[in-house]
Amino acid sequence: MPEAAELPTRREEGWRYSAVERLQGEALDDWRTIDIAAGETFRDTMVIRDADGPQPTRLHRWRVTIGEGATCELFAVLAAAEYARLEVEVTLHKGAHFEFGGITVGGRDTVREFVTRTIHAEPEATSNQTVRAVHWGHGTGNFLGNIDVVRHAQKTDAAQDFKGLLLEKGASVNAVPQLEIFADDVKCAHGASVGQLDETARFYMAARGVSPELARRLMVQAFLGDALVALDDDETRETLMQIALDKVDKAL
Amino acid sequence: MLKIDNLHAEIDGKTILNGLTLEIPAGEVHAIMGPNGAGKSTLAYVLGGRPGYEVTQGSVSFNGVDLLDLEPHERAAAGLFLGFQYPVEIPGVSNLQFLREALNSQRKARGEEALTGGEFLKLAKDKAALLKLDPDMLKRHVNVGFSGGEKKRAEMVQMGILDPKFAVLDETDSGLDIDALRVVGDGINAIMRDPAKGVLLITHYQRLLEVVKPDKVSILSQGRIVRTGGPELAIELENEGYDAVMADA
Repeated sequence: MPEAAELPTRREEGWRYSAVERLQGEALDDWRTIDIAAGETFRDTMVIRDADGPQPTRLHRWRVTIGEGATCELFAVLAAAEYARLEVEVTLHKGAHFEFGGITVGGRDTVREFVTRTIHAEPEATSNQTVRAVHWGHGTGNFLGNIDVVRHAQKTDAAQDFKGLLLEKGASVNAVPQLEIFADDVKCAHGASVGQLDETARFYMAARGVSPELARRLMVQAFLGDALVALDDDETRETLMQIALDKVDKAL
Repeated sequence: MLKIDNLHAEIDGKTILNGLTLEIPAGEVHAIMGPNGAGKSTLAYVLGGRPGYEVTQGSVSFNGVDLLDLEPHERAAAGLFLGFQYPVEIPGVSNLQFLREALNSQRKARGEEALTGGEFLKLAKDKAALLKLDPDMLKRHVNVGFSGGEKKRAEMVQMGILDPKFAVLDETDSGLDIDALRVVGDGINAIMRDPAKGVLLITHYQRLLEVVKPDKVSILSQGRIVRTGGPELAIELENEGYDAVMADA
């Protein structure tokens, strides 16, 4: 079968804002499988950054199963590649927890996106997703987050929070929360907002002697911090934050 | 120290300052009073360099330097402090981080060495104690969740830490209860009463001036200084009101 025929198009919900033209030649069926046994805790981070060299497309698709009472924590920073996508499909069993913290930063005409599908397949599982996107130039950041709660998955507690910060006119972010809930005793919170740097705060900081560049860095750092707040390893958190901040500083 | 000459400024094409002239030498506390809409806050913002406030005519010299030629953060490094009428909240940035970055930015601009974390912390705690501000509040995000009075105290703690040469204080007394007013007033005296420093104190009320005794008082009306006198002018205003006093001018 010719490969081109299998490429997704923007008509498909999960690829609506993607740089689908950059998928040519990519291994779309290459899913990484992560199975977390009952009671275990698994943590992983993923970083796409300039230090890895020029990258036209970085496509990562992960399929995660979290066993009963197990925990999965994923933290990702997408700071390079013309088109970067991390797609995570998670199935939670009874009492499991999924924690996701994601940061996209980028300018020019780059597209960086997180696509998550969180399936609460059994009762009493919890999930928390926090995504922060900072873009400039004609850069785009996307977060498409599906939460599926099956019929008997009572006492599900799911939360999804997205915020976008646009540093220049021309940049954009897209947030698509999608909740499909078939159980009746669940909590599913979701929120999305987009804004720009607070000019009043910038002047206030300048009036105390802080340069515009440093003020922006402090404010971007404060903004991105939410995505990493659940990461209780100081060194890793600092490294991830540094990669994101350096990207912003280098570009602007 | 601060010399304002024939200053005209506008916002969105509307003239607010209309030929304001004022000189404040080192060692002087100069109070500016005036009715609502006279241009008091505009004067403060123009001196601080707030974007959107356009100077159309006149000059401001600060210790011989053209103040209007400097960016806002350069004005701060030159020793100018602007106390905000409505201090701004900055979620996610702690007071300690913000003030350490601010102080060290100013020191760097002046060619001085940065303070270490320990040195800075001691300074911050000393100044918080001076203003009777709970030092734990310094760990909190800048002005987030602070009451009106706490914001004004925190503003003065910032002034104490940054130790400016000249302070423009825009209604620092608004929103303060009687006790807090005294604490803040004493703080201004402790930090800024110095033969080498100057203060431009914008206020509506005589009460603050009982604590921070001004050397001179000027009345600002319709964008210009219409009368200047000694501390007795503030008392006259308090007793008779702007209309009566300005009718005499």
